Amino acid sequence: MATAPATIPIYPAEKAGHSGFEYFSTRKDELVGWARKFSLFPYPFVTACCAMEFMAVSASPYDTDRFGAALPRFSPRQADLLMVVGTVTHKQAPVLLKVYEQMCEPKWVMAFGVCATSGGFYQNYAALPGIDRVIPVDVYIPGCPPRPEMVIDGIMQLQEKIARASHPILTRTF
Amino acid sequence: MAATDLDMLRERIVPAAGPATVSHGMLAFQLAPAELVPTVRRLRDEFAFDIFLDVTAVDWPADALRFEVVHHFYSTRHRARVRLKTRVAESDAVVGSLVGLYGSAAFMERECHDMYGIGFRGNFDLRPILLYEGFVGHPLRKDYPKRREQPLVPYRN
Repeated sequence: MATAPATIPIYPAEKAGHSGFEYFSTRKDELVGWARKFSLFPYPFVTACCAMEFMAVSASPYDTDRFGAALPRFSPRQADLLMVVGTVTHKQAPVLLKVYEQMCEPKWVMAFGVCATSGGFYQNYAALPGIDRVIPVDVYIPGCPPRPEMVIDGIMQLQEKIARASHPILTRTF
Repeated sequence: MAATDLDMLRERIVPAAGPATVSHGMLAFQLAPAELVPTVRRLRDEFAFDIFLDVTAVDWPADALRFEVVHHFYSTRHRARVRLKTRVAESDAVVGSLVGLYGSAAFMERECHDMYGIGFRGNFDLRPILLYEGFVGHPLRKDYPKRREQPLVPYRN
């Protein structure tokens, strides 16, 4: 399953006189993954200077809209991609956890920049050494700040991950 | 502030530890804890130091009087700054509060209390302002371990 390309085979009708698209067959996970990977609704949890880079990558020269990840939702309840952009302190960690818990399944987390990834050079009493101490992270983007190309690469890796993942209709909790 | 004004200020305010020294064009006074609030009142009322810039502290772990509480003031009339240094011991790390003289002192003294554990007699709201409730210790003291973490959320791993 991991090596299968996430494409949707379309079989045209064999009989003459019938138009195409009479039926197509695919696997449920591939179809749902294909749909979900192009409809990422990011929630920017922006705390520090990486915000400038987030604005740059969102704006037209780099244009994350190409990946379906353009429309930031300012309520975590409407988002499925949590982008943690910048340093998170111990004092902010409960807020980050609450935002994450408010998001509906399915949800993914991106650690944007080295501070969100590991704390960066803030190894002290104040800074959280990586947001993965508090919430699970799907994609890490290093750099201080990361270049827009790295962010786009991170989004594409996340899309690949979503496309290959299993998408259960019913989960253990629901 | 013209040089003559600086000289005048230096002659008029003479703490017990001796007259002020000049540091980067700024007068620096060494004060005893009891002299702090009266000196600040004179600076404000007689010499027009109308802005309280900041209060911080310096930790000298080897010294008997471990902490040096440093106040800075600015005068918009004279365009000059002064610095007041007050040495206190760790066992009695308390100086007088300036809340009655400058309202802005309330927050700055809270920060100094957070970071160094200096007490301010007369400031009745020394809750943490940059740190959080339950934080143990004072992180800018030299004996606070550099890598010590006090997370509010339990770690996943």
